[in-house]
Amino acid sequence: MAKVHVTTSINGEPMEFLCEPSDTMLDALRGPLALTGSKEGCASGDCGACSITLDDRLICSCLMLAVEAQDHEIRTIEGMAQGDKLHPLQQKFLEMAALQCGICTSGMLVASDALLKKNPDPSEEEVRFWLAGNLCRCTGYDKIVRAVMETAAEMRAQ
Amino acid sequence: MNLVTNNKWIGQRTIRPDGMDKVTGRAQFAADTTMPGQIWGKVLRSPHPHARIRSIDTSKAEKLPGVKAVVTARDIVDFPIANGAVMLGIQDMRWMCRNVMARDKALFPGHPIAAVAATTEAIAAEACKLIEVDYEVLPWSIEIDDAILPDAPILHEFNKFDGKPSNIAGRLEHKKGDIADGFKKADIVIERTFTTRPVHQGYIEPHACLISVAPDGKTTIWSSSQGQFMVRAMTAYLTGIPQSDIRAIPAEIGGGFGGKTIVYLEPLATLLAKKSGRPVKMVMTREEVMRATGPTSGSKSTVKIGATKDGKIVAAHGTFYLQAGAFPGSPIRGAAGCSFTPYDIPNLLSEGYDVCSNRSKVAAYRAPGAPIGAYAVECVMDEVAEALKMDPLDFRLKNAAKEGTKAAHGPVFPRIGFIETVEAAKNSDHYKAPLGKLQGRGVASGFWFNAGGESSAQVNITEDGNVVVTTGHPDIGGSRAGIANICAELLGIDYRRVSVIIGDTQTIGFSNLTGGSRVLFASSIVVTQSTEKIIQTLRERAAKIWEIDPEAVKWENGAAHPVSPNAGQFEPLTLQELAEKAPAMGGPIGAGVQLNTTGADGGFGTHVCDVEIDVDLGIARVIRYTAVQDVGRAIHPGYVEGQLQGGVAQGIGWALNEEYIYTKEGKVDNPGFLDYRMPVCSDLPMLDCIMVEVPNPKHPQGVKGVGEVPLVPVMAAVANAIYNALGKRFYALPMSPPKVLEVLDAPTREAAE
Ligand code: FES
Ligand code: FES
Repeated sequence: MAKVHVTTSINGEPMEFLCEPSDTMLDALRGPLALTGSKEGCASGDCGACSITLDDRLICSCLMLAVEAQDHEIRTIEGMAQGDKLHPLQQKFLEMAALQCGICTSGMLVASDALLKKNPDPSEEEVRFWLAGNLCRCTGYDKIVRAVMETAAEMRAQ
Repeated sequence: MNLVTNNKWIGQRTIRPDGMDKVTGRAQFAADTTMPGQIWGKVLRSPHPHARIRSIDTSKAEKLPGVKAVVTARDIVDFPIANGAVMLGIQDMRWMCRNVMARDKALFPGHPIAAVAATTEAIAAEACKLIEVDYEVLPWSIEIDDAILPDAPILHEFNKFDGKPSNIAGRLEHKKGDIADGFKKADIVIERTFTTRPVHQGYIEPHACLISVAPDGKTTIWSSSQGQFMVRAMTAYLTGIPQSDIRAIPAEIGGGFGGKTIVYLEPLATLLAKKSGRPVKMVMTREEVMRATGPTSGSKSTVKIGATKDGKIVAAHGTFYLQAGAFPGSPIRGAAGCSFTPYDIPNLLSEGYDVCSNRSKVAAYRAPGAPIGAYAVECVMDEVAEALKMDPLDFRLKNAAKEGTKAAHGPVFPRIGFIETVEAAKNSDHYKAPLGKLQGRGVASGFWFNAGGESSAQVNITEDGNVVVTTGHPDIGGSRAGIANICAELLGIDYRRVSVIIGDTQTIGFSNLTGGSRVLFASSIVVTQSTEKIIQTLRERAAKIWEIDPEAVKWENGAAHPVSPNAGQFEPLTLQELAEKAPAMGGPIGAGVQLNTTGADGGFGTHVCDVEIDVDLGIARVIRYTAVQDVGRAIHPGYVEGQLQGGVAQGIGWALNEEYIYTKEGKVDNPGFLDYRMPVCSDLPMLDCIMVEVPNPKHPQGVKGVGEVPLVPVMAAVANAIYNALGKRFYALPMSPPKVLEVLDAPTREAAE
């Protein structure tokens, strides 16, 4: 089967790749694009480990076809830190032990970042409902929710 | 032993050494790696719960373009049943070889029948469909009640119980005193029967591996597991490759909770790689994970407790039937051995029965068996306390095990911290807070054995005076952070100068699984001893330079100092200075220690749970939770709390929503995260932790295992809270909305309005 050529932007860089028409964006990221920070936990949109943003909208990359990236802007965990400067959320996750095994962490960070862009002052309930699509089996979510709230407070103070 | 006090790093919330990789997406989990020339492996699985395999024809699959190798049970080393058990840890290779690939019978839907390697995943999947299997479909049973019927279909004809073929694969008992006698003394006796459903460990990372085999048999395994040495040994046993030829490299592991303590894919991928001459990658789908790995047992337990009017338990009897799945080996030891252990009961009989049935072989899940047993025991404890009109925590205090109590499973307790956990729960703000309408509060306690076992460490000083620690246990929940804290503390240097690496099987000495709440306990002992050897070397080197006796040199704040002015007046020699002088002063500085560690103390916890009932939807919502645990010594409090919170979240899922649902055909009907309902962020409140620290006197830093206790009391705490809210007790898990709605009959609803 002939592969499809896709031109897109990933983490602010122009990017091209080849994929099968049936490949998901997650397949393309983890395959030809070698961006394995996005994880596959379910391939059915239920765990959020593959969270990315498409034109600033939070999505599950396992539910998007790779060809749909054509002419759009994709952001992944790999684009979150600026050089050696971590995003405040990344820093706070580290400081507050908001990760254990770390398999959900990329998705959690991408989803939390999308939340804070939309709402810099979320209530605990808003954080919990926003992150309800991101499963974490290790932490019980407590430290994750606290880290997101604290980052939001610090970012607002700046 | 002198406990380190006055710490700079032990007890600090340092940033874990592997954290940066994990927040940036750089960390390499098993499915993230590729090798040149790599092809893909896929497994053909049985559609039937129980079937004799008459023949397998792989010829069509082999001819499909792109297919490079096909393997079946013929390619796997057989461990004949009649030859007796071949144990590797707690696993019998006779079952393992049949679990990774069905040999004569398929025993559950999802049981591997054959595996294919092809140039793409799609071709491998296509080839699986071309394999022709002639099955003789057999009757089956899944539930315990069906599997123990006299005429139940028997999974393993060779297995006998009471002289007859049976699905009961084993029985175990713990006994103390005389229960008949004990119950005679009781003023109140309560006996109840409980059931729980199988639940999956639910790690977010599916099983995955990437394996290459050179023509001379040298094999490299890159995989996700709770033990690279277990992977090496099991793969060696099942493929016939010597262990010395297999290098098992631990990838970062995306959760395990006991479920990654056995192999599923590695032997198959190794054989496919050997046959094809190409590296083979295999990654399970979520559906495969749910159908064919783990879970833990479903159960049926009967618990009877007798107490006198003044609140003393005089006798107890527990009978725990646990599902083993397709092969013997359910965690009856945890159920029968742990559930009564928090209490000093003079007359006790605790029995466990291991029952095979046609579902996937169970795997360890966090304190295997103990949460199942504790659910039953702690609910009956609640009923007895109520009947005696006693506060449930006072009732526990009155009967609490303490130093000198002999547990039914053998040990006489040293100084333990159980009472402290009950007292801390009782004194917590949580326990004193008022409750609102349709809210209820429940408590429960729990125990887990904890373990020591084999561990190896190597500590090397780099030429620039920093430190590299290598241990042999995969880091699943932050153990590297604890090790860095300890090593830095002992050396008196900044923890950021310590890098902690998980060695592969060919670079570090044997280390047992990450499991049993043993990793930080065991690894910190070998790391401590290695670091102490290094400090000894550093003192000797400084002594040589100063031309004084090594005894006259002390190590403090990262440098050698003369012990006192009369030892001589010398400027301190730092770790860095001594490292730089190493080539001229006796060479590289490093030390390794291998030990079979002992002295792991059991762990105790007491939990308080508040629920609120949504009468319209039947949802029991946990609104406040406090987990109290004796953690010995919290080397990194952040990750200790994380263990407590994570265990609680899993227990809430088990109590309220998680269960395997089966179709009429005996297949799992909810093999995905949509229908197998694990707690999500909006299902839970903040989870409070109270860490009680009663140091383990047999450990240099006082460490006790912490990872498993947190799951043990949860289901009972939730059940007791629901009872407290509704006045109605559930004897079956999960207490899911339809079941709660059922008991919310008209009067209850009216009362709420
Ligand atoms: S992998 Fe995309 S949501 Fe789970
Ligand atoms: S940290 Fe392991 S799944 Fe979230």
